Amino acid sequence: MKTLFTIKDNREAARQTWRIELDCGFRPGMHAGQFVDVALDGFFLRRPISVCDITDSGLVLYYKVVGAGTAAMSSMKAGEKLELLTDLGNGFDTAVCGKSALLVGGGLGAAPMHLLCRELLAAGRKVRVALGFNSADEVVLLDSFRAMGVEPAVATLDGSMGTRGFVTDAFGSLPGGFDRFYCCGPLPMMKAVCEALDIPGQASLEERMGCGAGFCYGCSKLMKGGARRICKDGPVFDKEEIIW
Amino acid sequence: MVKDLSVRLCGVELRNPVIPASGTFGFGTELEGAFDLNLLGGISLKGTTEKARYGNPTPRIAECPSGMINSVGLQNPGIDVLVEEKVPALRKIYSGAVIANISGFSVGEYARCCAKADACGGIDIIEVNISCPNVHDGGMAFGTSAKAAAEVTAAVKEVTRKPVFVKLSPNVTDIVEIAKACEGAGADGLTLVNTFLGMRIDIQRRRPVIAAGMGGFSGRAVFPIALRMVWQVAHACRIPVMGCGGVASAEDVVEMMMAGAAAVQVGAENIRNPWACPEIVEALPGLLDRLGAASARELIGAV
Repeated sequence: MKTLFTIKDNREAARQTWRIELDCGFRPGMHAGQFVDVALDGFFLRRPISVCDITDSGLVLYYKVVGAGTAAMSSMKAGEKLELLTDLGNGFDTAVCGKSALLVGGGLGAAPMHLLCRELLAAGRKVRVALGFNSADEVVLLDSFRAMGVEPAVATLDGSMGTRGFVTDAFGSLPGGFDRFYCCGPLPMMKAVCEALDIPGQASLEERMGCGAGFCYGCSKLMKGGARRICKDGPVFDKEEIIW
Repeated sequence: MVKDLSVRLCGVELRNPVIPASGTFGFGTELEGAFDLNLLGGISLKGTTEKARYGNPTPRIAECPSGMINSVGLQNPGIDVLVEEKVPALRKIYSGAVIANISGFSVGEYARCCAKADACGGIDIIEVNISCPNVHDGGMAFGTSAKAAAEVTAAVKEVTRKPVFVKLSPNVTDIVEIAKACEGAGADGLTLVNTFLGMRIDIQRRRPVIAAGMGGFSGRAVFPIALRMVWQVAHACRIPVMGCGGVASAEDVVEMMMAGAAAVQVGAENIRNPWACPEIVEALPGLLDRLGAASARELIGAV
């Protein structure tokens, strides 16, 4: 679906990391792990960004300023318009969650975990969250998780906040006994998480995309079951499916 | 205003001249639900080879100013799946012209694929992509040699009675020479142009953005070059031409038709806007009205 959103707020939330709140006048029917594809004036392709939160009138996204496109996006002001393709991707499978889930986010992988946390809590599941960042100045969404009643276990590579090391090093401060895990973040991080946790889980993969909607085959990856389009068959896959 | 948008390609009636180009619209069914596919004059299906192919490693996509590079590498399920599953599935929801796009790495592979496409009732036109490397000739693309292009054309024509459109590569010194060679070998029509070989470098990582190094550049930036080639070829050949390359608006469609295209393919624009084709179709009647044209057909070759 192509929808015109109005920017409500667009501000730097952490180092090189921006939070944008978008209004479309209704509650988008998306769920955790799905993404939107943002059209930017002067740039040929859209920018795929996962959904961090859904409000009664729109979406909240977090994005990293990594190139000219996201830099242009970060200079946009409240009141300006953005055209989005919405409802993209499969999203996390919350039906199979069991009683309790561990959510693991690395860097901006915290964003889809935020919406997933909200959905699982609303469904009456027990949720624990582990987040990993390079350093304290990149940490995002802590307060928002706390507002949901969840205290994330945090790890930073330089030790400037929480446990020093990778997100897997923060697992030690969490109780065990989870039925399932969900993760999103850099590939090496997700590989480590999938190997460290001996329970069923899902990971949200990333790839340079063309159309974002499954018809250009620009983001295909070889999975155990054959070629899969990250944008359409994913971005979320069961850990057993993934060839690392 | 009611305008006659219909065009004919070698006896195949199209309700309008707008066709999503091969590789930018999957097998059609992927777009089911986005809009009524029957708004499209035709659909050129994703390039298909004899055997299933996974294609190239990722990244396969690189953004450019006013365009993009793709190096999907002909990921496809193979000709048998195309004729047994993909075309019948599309036919359930689409009644316009279905164009099968066939690729091969040898003359024999082209012929075997086209014979199977010929036997498939749901296919109206066969489009032969000759931009692939010839494995029996040092990997040089069929489309860069008049002799090889004619050889493929003749071999394909022998196995099918369906209209054969040869899709030309723009990465040649003289596209008119290749076009004439295909016409001489019996091609019923020509599609031009395929993508332009291009490259981008990730300056942080000091390596190409595309995993395969190079890829095919397309998008709005190539429109003037594609238009020039369509104009040259349409004036040099008697067979119909489908114009392709950087088309993004109804105005671009009209330019292509005035340059001599009997129908027009929209490629990279679909990637950024999946509704590009229906939006163009919707804009055409008003544009024809402003141009004082009663039909789309009368624009063909006006320049």
